Parts: sequence; C-alpha cells; structure tokens
Amino acid sequence: MMQNKVDKVILIASIAGAILITMLLLPILNILFSVGVDKIFEAAMDKNAISAILTSFEAALIATFLSFIFGVPLAYIMARKNFYGKSIIESIVDLPIVIPHTVAGVALLMVFGRNGIIGAPLDNIGVRISDSILGIVAAMMFVSAPFLINQAREGFESIDPRMENVAMSLGATRTQVLMTITLPLSIRNLLVGSIMTWARAISEFGAVIVIAYFPMVAPTYIYSKYIEQGLVASAPIAALLLIITVTIFVFMRIILSRWRAYDKD
Amino acid sequence: MIKIENLSKKWGSFSLKNISFNVRKGEYFVILGPTGSGKTLLLETIAGFHKVDDGRLFIDGKDITTLTPNERKIGFVYQDYMLFPNMSVLDNIAYGLRVLKEDERKIDERVKQLADMLSISHILHRYPYNLSGGEQQRVAIARALAIQPKLLLLDEPLSALDEMLRMRIIKDLKKINREEDITMIHVTHSRNDAILLADRIAVIKDGSIMQIGKTEEVFRKPKNKFIAEFVGVENLFRGEAKRTNGLTLFKTDGIELYSSMQIEGDVYATIRPEDIIISDKKIKSSARNCIPGVIKEMIDMGNVIRATVDCGIPFMVNITHEAMREMNLFLEKKVWLVFKAHNVNLFR
Repeated sequence: MMQNKVDKVILIASIAGAILITMLLLPILNILFSVGVDKIFEAAMDKNAISAILTSFEAALIATFLSFIFGVPLAYIMARKNFYGKSIIESIVDLPIVIPHTVAGVALLMVFGRNGIIGAPLDNIGVRISDSILGIVAAMMFVSAPFLINQAREGFESIDPRMENVAMSLGATRTQVLMTITLPLSIRNLLVGSIMTWARAISEFGAVIVIAYFPMVAPTYIYSKYIEQGLVASAPIAALLLIITVTIFVFMRIILSRWRAYDKD
Repeated sequence: MIKIENLSKKWGSFSLKNISFNVRKGEYFVILGPTGSGKTLLLETIAGFHKVDDGRLFIDGKDITTLTPNERKIGFVYQDYMLFPNMSVLDNIAYGLRVLKEDERKIDERVKQLADMLSISHILHRYPYNLSGGEQQRVAIARALAIQPKLLLLDEPLSALDEMLRMRIIKDLKKINREEDITMIHVTHSRNDAILLADRIAVIKDGSIMQIGKTEEVFRKPKNKFIAEFVGVENLFRGEAKRTNGLTLFKTDGIELYSSMQIEGDVYATIRPEDIIISDKKIKSSARNCIPGVIKEMIDMGNVIRATVDCGIPFMVNITHEAMREMNLFLEKKVWLVFKAHNVNLFR
C-alpha cells in the first residue's frame, strides 16, 4: 500500500520533470540538427558574425572582471558585517534579477546616454558610453553582477570567522588572512560566480540592444539577421553561438566538478 | 603576567560586566561557568577579536587594550579546532612562523619539536578533514604553540573528546604548561577538567565573575548558592546561624551543626561528602559535629561508595570499600557522621 503510494508520486514527478527537460532540450537539439554542419561552418566564416561573437566575449569578460573588482569586496562586507540598511543593500543587489531587461536598458540609457546624467559630462570630454563597448559592458554588468556577488557572499559566509580569528592570533594581518585563508577557501565560489556572471553577460540582449545596438554583440546580430533576412538566415549563427557557449559551459562544469580539494568526505 | 581591569563588553543582548583578575606567569587558570555565561566572549576579548567597551588589559605590565590580535602574541585554541582546511597539518603548524617570516630551517625544527611533543609526527602531511578529533585538537594546540606565545587561551578544548582522549590531552596540557613555561587560561563548563588542571579557578555567571580562588578553596568554600550547586556540592542546606563561644551554630530541621565561620542569620551550609567520616558507633574526637542517622542508599561509584544517610535531612557521604567491609555497613543500619566545624562552610 505504502509502496504503491510512493511509486505514484515518483512516477508523476518523473513525468513532470521529463516534460520540462524536453521543453528545454528540444529547441536546442533541434536547432543544432536542423541547421546542418555545412551551414554552421559557413556562419563561422561570416566576418560580421565572428566579430559579433568576439564583441560578446570581450564585453562579457570586461563586465565579469569589473563585477569581480567591485562585487567581491561588497560580498565580503555583506558576509562579515552587520550594518544599518544591510537588507536594503541586499535588495538592491537582487533587483536587476527582477527588472525586465529592456527596462534596465532604458534606465541605463537615461544615465549613460549622450544626454544622461553621467553620459552627458563624459560626452563633453569625448567618452561615449552608449553605442560603444562601454555601454555593452554597463548593460552586462547591470544584469549579471548579482550572480557573482551572491556566489562570493555565499562562499565567504561558509568560512567560519573564528578561523580568521585564529589566523590573526598567529600573527597574520587582515590582508594576510584574506590572501592565505579567506580567498583560497572561497575560490570555488568565486570561480562559479565568475562563470555564471560571464555566461549571463553573454546571453544578455534586452538591456544591451537599448543602450548599444552597435557595436553588435552576437545576440543583437542574430536578431538583426532574423528581422532582415528571416529565420533561415539567423539559424546557423544562432547554432554556432550555441555550440561555442555550451562547449565552454560544459568544460567549466567538468573542471569544477573535479575540483573538490577541501570538501569533506 | 596578565592583568584584566574592569573589562566590560556588550555583545548583542549579552554583556561581560566589570571583569577583573590577574593570572601569574606559568599559572594554569581555569574559568568555569555554565553555557551562555560569557566564557568564550571573555576569551575572545582577551585575544583581541573584539574591542572592549571599557576596561584595560595588560601583559607583563604593557597595556595591550588597543592592540590588534596579530600584535598580541597570544595563542588561541577553539573547541572545534578551526584548522585551516586548505593546508596540510605541517602547514597549519607552520602558519604563524611563516607569516612572521621566520627562517625555513627554524620553522622545520620547531614544527618537528612540537609534533614530537604532541605525538603527531606521523600525520604532518595529512589534511585536517581526515584527522580524528583528538588529532585535530593536538594539531590546533601545536599550531598555537608554534609562535611561542606567552599566553595560551583554550576554549573548551576537551568537551568534544571521548573520555580516553580527554585524559590524554589533559596530560599534554599539563606538560605544555610546565615544559613550555606558558601561562594558560582555559575556559570550561566541566568541574572535573577544572579540578584536574587548575591552579586557580574563576567562576563566571551571566558575564560576571562570582568567585576567584585556589581550586580547593572554590570547591570547599563556595561563596554562594549558585557556585555551590554549579561546582557540585551535594550537602547543601538552608537554615539559621548564630554565634556561640567563638563558633557558629547552624540549625535546620532539628539538626544542629557547628561551623568555624563567623556569620549570622539566614544562611546556606555546605559540607563536602569527602570531608565526612562515617562510624558505626558514637566516637569521641576533636571534631565538633557527630550526628546520628540511618543509611538509606548506597551506590558503588568504583573507587568509593556514595551513601545517602538520613539524619533528619539527607547527607551524602563517601565510604571506602574497606570501611564498608570493616564496619559491615548495610541499608537501614544506624551510623554516626563525624566532621569538623572547619569543614562546614556557611554563606549567604
């Protein structure tokens, strides 16, 4: 009787899960197999496509780097200190996850655009953010930095502050403790956070297209191909981008899954 | 060696209040208190992990109140060891010396010496996650000792260990205290650890120190009811005290006891079980107290038999196996309890 009940639950759960996984996987597999290798190869020869993909990777890398430089210290403070207004800071960090990305793009444009409150003075000294790689980076950071901040914070929180106390009692300065204990112990979180941030930055379209249509990133290029020449023209480059990102993603997952030096048995 | 003056520290809703004590060089000082009494906070404040709200700390006459932990040269061992999981045992022990940029050869020597002393030479290349609790504890101690601190702070170092390991580490701690000539402050909730290790004891409750004294003083003459109960005094009675002929007569439930302490009024009395002699007949001695009673219970505790004797009020008495055979003691047998006025501790 009991056995039957459990089986039913597992059965329903499995079916529900299978439907969702199919929904996720079917479009991905379909685009890879329906496009054909020769078309994908052709797309890889398209100078504009390659340039768009490279722009995507480059901007995402810069966005990740900047998120790291500014986000990891913030994560450390949030993990270690209690202060007035901490929950407000927490909400601000998570905000970009719920804001529609086109809204984020418009909001960014009003700040960084040529007439924006920061964009205008910068424009006067010849620095343009909108319609430049800087704008792309800004849009990418806005939507992806939360991933790095939250991952880093989780990593720091998992390290007992008493361990840092002991290190200091042994003569280490705060900086030495950070370099020898805290960062090495949270490196996995920092890496996972960076990869997620980078991946999220690459996949961003809505915010980027508002603040910087040019230079084109890969998603924008695919979109423009689709609008101008239709589905058939956009599919090969979409497949190409998919192959590249999935390969990098899987590769990273494999490296991280083998890297469990400090995990307990 | 270390002097603490009116130390106060608020931590959330809890606070250490006006704590003062001195620990002499080479002394083994135990801070004894129940869970939540502020022992760990006090120890962490001495180490400099928290800023004091008020008061001063001195080591060898030097004011260290505002120094950061890394400037204090105080060793710290947590109950749950806090070993660095990203380093081998060797690197854990060498950590402090490396941070201080000591010569690698010296570091090697010191690590070897400590590993020998604590019998952990065979695990120097292992990582913390596959060590037993006892091994981790010894590594944590070795790591703290490596920098040759003048003062070693131990936060419940024995409570996570089984009985055999506990005795082993107790021996190690005594050896370190003697051979390395280190002053120790050890906090614990265990009166047994305190008895086995302490030169002097401070009893702490709710962030305040209730009594400081030599171990036997605190255990034999607890200053108040809380300490008496906490250190485990079994014969604790409440009654009236009145001075007579240089002694004090204590009355409770029809029983009269003489005490050499000078106090009057509504008081508590304690007599430690091991201070009471049991006899199968009324005896004449210099002891002022000799009261009749009936044996109601006998429990074999291994080395002694713990008996409950009803004298109108129940007394706990320790009896040796030998005495039990000689006097042929059994339940419901009438006996006399004999103890000195000097062993009756009175307090309000």
